Amino acid sequence: MNLTLRIWRQKGPEDKGRMVTYPVDDVSPDMSFLEMLDVLNERLILAGEDPVAFDHDCREGICGMCGLMINGDAHGPQRGTTACQLHMRQFTDGETIDIEPWRASAFPVIKDLVVNRGAFDKIIAAGGYITAPTGSAPEAHSTPVAKANADAAFESAACIGCGACVAACPNGSGMLFTAAKLTQLSLLPQGQPERYTRVIGMVDAHDEAGFGGCTNAGECTPACPKGIPLNTIGRLNRDYLRATATRGDTPGS
Amino acid sequence: MAVTGILLALFLIAHMLGNLKVFTGATSFDHYAHWLRDIGKPLLPGVWFLWILRTVLVVAVVAHIVAATVLARRARAARPVKYAHRKKINGSYAARTMRWGGVIILLFVIYHILDLTTGTLNPVGDASKPYGNVVADFAPERWYVTLFYTLAIVTVGFHLRHGAFSAFRSLGQQTPRGERRARAAALVFAVALCAGYLVVPFAVLTGLVS
Ligand code: HEM
Ligand code: SF4
Ligand code: FES
Repeated sequence: MNLTLRIWRQKGPEDKGRMVTYPVDDVSPDMSFLEMLDVLNERLILAGEDPVAFDHDCREGICGMCGLMINGDAHGPQRGTTACQLHMRQFTDGETIDIEPWRASAFPVIKDLVVNRGAFDKIIAAGGYITAPTGSAPEAHSTPVAKANADAAFESAACIGCGACVAACPNGSGMLFTAAKLTQLSLLPQGQPERYTRVIGMVDAHDEAGFGGCTNAGECTPACPKGIPLNTIGRLNRDYLRATATRGDTPGS
Repeated sequence: MAVTGILLALFLIAHMLGNLKVFTGATSFDHYAHWLRDIGKPLLPGVWFLWILRTVLVVAVVAHIVAATVLARRARAARPVKYAHRKKINGSYAARTMRWGGVIILLFVIYHILDLTTGTLNPVGDASKPYGNVVADFAPERWYVTLFYTLAIVTVGFHLRHGAFSAFRSLGQQTPRGERRARAAALVFAVALCAGYLVVPFAVLTGLVS
């Protein structure tokens, strides 16, 4: 395949940045999207140019590092797939592909396509854990959990923190991530003691990090490589309402 | 957003039901409009009740707009650099047009009050004969009024379709099955309300009400 890439190049956080066009020939349809970028980078290095910086780690869809906006789609056109798991057969020969970093003030660009997702860490630090010492893995049936709750909690626990939900959201909101990180705990017995202080703390941290507010626009779930459902945000809202309106809790854990 | 929006939606239901009285004839409709001014008569003097209602509505409208403005400003601050390529939109048309739709509805409501409440922009503008005002408004030669009115109502419909679903969600609707129900209920509500508001001008236009 022969492709034309238009890639966001930005030397550093202070640089203004711009889209730069690169033709890439002889791309195999069996390559992953990141391998295709590797090919481009090898050619750039040989030509003495600065390679395109992009984030990646596991390349198997579990670490959440590889977020790219591909033709206006977070993680590219294939649903439920991270950029590293996307194959070039999803594109057609001769196509022009636009590649941009996640756009959010809470995710400042470090270089080219690499953004700093440290804002997510702040949300986790504000309550995305339990404080009870859990020791080693307990016997599976020692604490019974309803099947429906176990399934929903597991669904939320699949979130890899990639930030595609923020990137796709017209409000630049990180509510899907925050809701996933909340419900993986709030639906399980171990998450109950801090359930309501946690939701206030994490939502406050989300807002302070500069993310926008959720308007239930529904752009996040289709972009999410793990398919975290939109109703997860409803679970967050319900806990938040109960924490603030009926219980009068304060943030903290 | 959700609480003020629900207040406004309740008003829209009541107002639609009131409008449909147009089909019961001039006397009945005018009597209804005058009755609105007299509710609570023995307890409250004159148009007090109406003014209390109006105050609640204005407070709800202002609070709704303030909340929407805060959200819009946060959204803007959250994405200072726009995408160069942003074509795919997965959410609904209604969800995407909430902000501009809201502005259009506000303009319509201002026009509508000047038209049918104060009578300033109405060809008849006789406060004692609301039925005559409505019939004069949607007369066939004033087709552009009906057109604008229709566009405004359809905008209200889209606004309600996403607004009603979003309100359920904000107030804690949390299961996937409930989400399907909430979306269906919002759609039915929006379509029913649109239909209820649109039959009046089209009845006047076609001479069913004159
Ligand atoms: C079939 C469609 C409609 C008709 C025939 C209609 C008719 C009227 C009339 C006759 C009045 C004056 C009532 C009075 O002061 O005695 C009025 C007031 C009003 N209408 Fe409508 N209306 C329609 C649709 C709408 C819609 C869709 C909205 C909102 C988006 C709306 C919002 C208002 C408001 C805010 C007032 C002022 C209420 C007040 O000042 O007490 N109307 N309408
Ligand atoms: S919710 Fe989905 S899109 Fe958002 S960070 Fe988690 S895995 Fe990524
Ligand atoms: S590189 Fe780990 S998810 Fe893509």
